[in-house]
Amino acid sequence: MSATQPNSRALGALGVGAAAAGRATRLRLRGPGLQRLISPVVLLILWQLIHVFNLVSVKKLPPPTTVLSTAWNLITTNEPAYGTLQGALGASLERMVIGFALGAGVALILALVSGLSRWGENTFDPILQMIRTVPLFGLVPVFIVWFGIGELPKILLIALAALIPLYLNAFAGIRGVDHRLWELADVLGLSRSERLRHVILPGALPQTLVGLRLSLGTAWLALVVAEQVNTNAGLGYMINQATQFLSNNVIFVALAVYTILGLATDWLVRLLERRALAWRRGLLT
Amino acid sequence: MSATTQAPVVRAEHLGRSFGDRAVLQDLNLEIADGEIVALIGRSGSGKSTLLRALAGLDKGVSGSATVEGQFGIAFQDARLIPWRSVLDNVRLGLRAADSTKAARAALAEVGLEAHTDAWPSTLSGGEAQRVSLARALAREPRLLLLDEPFGALDALTRITMHELVLRLWQRHHPAILLVTHDVDEALALADRVLVLGSGRIAHESAIALERPRHRDHPELVELRSRLLSELGVSL
Repeated sequence: MSATQPNSRALGALGVGAAAAGRATRLRLRGPGLQRLISPVVLLILWQLIHVFNLVSVKKLPPPTTVLSTAWNLITTNEPAYGTLQGALGASLERMVIGFALGAGVALILALVSGLSRWGENTFDPILQMIRTVPLFGLVPVFIVWFGIGELPKILLIALAALIPLYLNAFAGIRGVDHRLWELADVLGLSRSERLRHVILPGALPQTLVGLRLSLGTAWLALVVAEQVNTNAGLGYMINQATQFLSNNVIFVALAVYTILGLATDWLVRLLERRALAWRRGLLT
Repeated sequence: MSATTQAPVVRAEHLGRSFGDRAVLQDLNLEIADGEIVALIGRSGSGKSTLLRALAGLDKGVSGSATVEGQFGIAFQDARLIPWRSVLDNVRLGLRAADSTKAARAALAEVGLEAHTDAWPSTLSGGEAQRVSLARALAREPRLLLLDEPFGALDALTRITMHELVLRLWQRHHPAILLVTHDVDEALALADRVLVLGSGRIAHESAIALERPRHRDHPELVELRSRLLSELGVSL
């Protein structure tokens, strides 16, 4: 009884979510959602065919089936060289979540302060415009000198990668809210918080979501780069170890997991966009 | 004319407004009585909208004094609904009534849109959007309704139904109305008083005592129409 309870609760929560999304949303998700899977699947088939027709040596490019079986081995056996795949994934996700939350949080706060006040813009915007032009990965050695080789430089690199695109877009989004709506807010006598909640924030949302997607992309890149420098856990560590043991299969497993993570976050942002921007007619139909 | 004995809803004195070295309003004086419908016509760029925005307090560069008694509501030419809020929320936002939802629903019912309360503004037609905008202005129970060419972008048929709607709402709530328009016929159909704006001040003023709804071919209106058109510099 007690063992089944959490399980059934999880299912219940899932059901509620689907019901709230409504039948139309579910149908819509199914159509284009499936369509978006076609090209990756075709790519996988082509990849497998390369192996079937023996076009490239297995040592250089293992086929998807080998990658899959290697992944299965990494999940089921805890090898001293690599650890488990789920362990590596957990370590990577943890870094990503902490780093991204930090970067995105700071980005949104700075965008609000700069977007809503002239002094905020004059104070913070120049700094961020300066940081923007510094090549992110050129900072890796500097971060190691400053913050050592622990988790801190990795998380900061991810945070910085997430910060810049999200800040730029959220700021532009706030400033881009139609001035006629600001005037309307004056006429309606909206309070400062009503103005923020009903006019400015929703008005800035479309551009902010563009920024969110961009920042997720650069944050994943930062994760890959950060993890290949002096780590002892995570997908990047797995790749480093595999390079030393010349185990191409394991490298491909880690790369495949990266791509799946990228696809999954993109899907999440899409879902968010569809919900949050339902007022646009184009998305309703 | 019992209305003129009461204190005016709008009293503007010596209004002035320049953009660069071009004076759009110059020493303009205007009074609008309680419940009076005043139409303001003028050529494009004559300062009609500038005057309306001055009364609404939307223009900080105006000199002179303008006082408006009590609440005012405003409807813009572009309806100006918040696209990411439902029709009901658009009307309800900023309402300080005890039950703002009820007041907003009542206002929407008055303009015949109670079935669209949950719709997104983007799904409305131009006429429907303007009706929401009117409902939003009316829900505030204004003493003064400022209408800035609200029917300018609508087709002729929709415009006529909107005129009827405005008259019906006026008969029920009796706010003073300042209607800015470029359409002489619209002014003749609705107004107690038609003002022609020229060279930054009120260049001409005609009162119309006819009952509404008015037939557009009424001899008095026909005569006034050609008078107003010549005031506007259009000769027939």
